[in-house]
Amino acid sequence: MRRAGAVALNTFREAVRDRVLYNLVFFALLMMLAAILVGGISIGIEDLVIKSLGLSAISVIGLLIAVFIGVGLVYKEMDKRTLYALLAKPVRRWEFLLGKFGGLVLTLAVNTMAMAAGLFAALLYVKHHLERTDAVLLIAIYFILLKLTLVVALALLFSCYSTPLLAILYTSALYIAGLFVEEMRTFHSTAANPLLEALLRGLSYLLPNFENFNVMAAAAHGREIPGALVLQNTVYAALYSVIVLLVAAAVFSRRNLK
Amino acid sequence: MPGHAIEIENLTKDYPFGFLHLRKKRSLDGLTMQVESGEVFGFLGPNGAGKSTTIKLLVGLIFPEAGTARILGKPITDIAMHGDIGYLPEQPYFYDYLTAAEVLDYFARFHDLTAADRHERVARMLRKVGLETARKIQLRKYSKGMLQRVGLAQAILHDPKVVILDEPMSGLDPIGRREVRDIILELKREGRTVLFSTHILSDAEMLCDRVGVIVGGKLRGIGAPGEIVGMKAQGMEILFELRESGSSARAVLAKAIETGDRYRLQVSEQELYGVLEQLRAVGAKILSVAQIKASLEEYFMNLIEADRAQAAAVEVSGK
Ligand SMILES: Nc1ncnc2c1ncn2[C@@H]1O[C@H](COP(=O)(O)OP(=O)(O)OP(=O)(O)O)[C@@H](O)[C@H]1O
Ligand SMILES: [Mg+2]
Repeated sequence: MRRAGAVALNTFREAVRDRVLYNLVFFALLMMLAAILVGGISIGIEDLVIKSLGLSAISVIGLLIAVFIGVGLVYKEMDKRTLYALLAKPVRRWEFLLGKFGGLVLTLAVNTMAMAAGLFAALLYVKHHLERTDAVLLIAIYFILLKLTLVVALALLFSCYSTPLLAILYTSALYIAGLFVEEMRTFHSTAANPLLEALLRGLSYLLPNFENFNVMAAAAHGREIPGALVLQNTVYAALYSVIVLLVAAAVFSRRNLK
Repeated sequence: MPGHAIEIENLTKDYPFGFLHLRKKRSLDGLTMQVESGEVFGFLGPNGAGKSTTIKLLVGLIFPEAGTARILGKPITDIAMHGDIGYLPEQPYFYDYLTAAEVLDYFARFHDLTAADRHERVARMLRKVGLETARKIQLRKYSKGMLQRVGLAQAILHDPKVVILDEPMSGLDPIGRREVRDIILELKREGRTVLFSTHILSDAEMLCDRVGVIVGGKLRGIGAPGEIVGMKAQGMEILFELRESGSSARAVLAKAIETGDRYRLQVSEQELYGVLEQLRAVGAKILSVAQIKASLEEYFMNLIEADRAQAAAVEVSGK
């Protein structure tokens, strides 16, 4: 665990030195611009605009980082051969994977929390005060983080055996498919093809369900989010990530480095 | 400490290639050998012989098709073995966003060391490999030889009992090579076992207690450098000067090679005194008489030639 921690901290340091956190500047500018614009019109939907825009930006920026850095986590270390000296140390391959995963999740957590702070600052600027219902935003942001964790796990798995370009394709394809899980489950073909329906239903249970993490509309309108959903999403993201990481560890443990 | 530091038994490795990786090429073919505890062992062979393949198998970067190996009595699949070994990869490359001090500290974290101990060791290693002044520069700005030095530092940082170096001198300037030689000798004095690969035969002759010669994935010879050299017939070389070469000298000069105003003449040991007598008779000034040692180089060449001849013979008979 100590060794996985060392890998994680180094991964975080790499992200920081590669200026990944510079995206925060972009996010801050976006929030400032939006706050000034809606602050000027003032027709009672300022906070809705800020919340929707903020949450979408947090989600999209997080996804971009998770996918683009995630697919290089292992591949880059194999390709540049930085892994050679490391794996000769007393570190197990799964510890390395876990560290890489933890490092990127840590980066995303720090980044997301900074953006969350920016979002609340923008809200405060346009409304001059915060309400109890604004706390729902925190849950929405937590769900985004859960979603990103799952995406990192998937990207890491693909990073173990394919090139970044292919891994980006696989990860995005899974992500997009995961947004339509509900539709696949209730799909009724007009041609009444029972085989296709069964296939889609089976697939819908295998695919990661990303739909459940999206509560942006509810959060923007300040609607309650049931505690059961929080629990369900937490358990789901944790279990699914663990399974994906186990598969990654199995794939990677017997892999011959070039 | 007597006994084997490294025991390799029937180690075999195939690399897939071609369409869908369906075909396999044997890169290491049933390698069996031992490295004694406390010795400096040189792993010699031409490009593509299988030296790096063997080393990568030993440190667990790749997995064998067949065979086993043990280091200090522990199977190479045992993670505990990794605490006792140090490894320098071929053409090492490290995180280019870190400085030398940071990268060494990072590697040190995988051994059970306290923060203070880590700090002290990193500073000592940087001094040892001559990177003290460059320790705060990011590795992306390092030259090849400097990276090689970082690689060596991380390999010996934790006082491993067995040090495995894949071409430790490559990319280094003459001073660097000398420093690496000194480090290897120091490791030996401290009682550690060193296995290193090289194609530079003089390095091996100078440093090694024993060498193993590998060609085409097979071990072709193992023993003290002198023993292996001794397999070749030896002769003598006479270096002499001759001012005026009358007709009487022609017989001797026929076999000599002229370089500038000097001549070199190679003769067998039995002929030596006869030829020296002749040279004296024609008024030659003898500059030196030296033994011709067949170098490992020739040993190499002979092995490869023999392989080629055999391959050609098989091809002909196959048709
Ligand atoms: N990743 C790989 N994929 C396919 N073939 C490989 C791979 N690595 C090595 N080989 C093959 O294995 C054989 C042995 O290679 P190896 O790297 O062990 O040689 P070496 O003795 O270290 O040579 P050099 O002196 O050039 O470093 C070569 O024929 C090489 O082509
Ligand atoms: Mg090699």
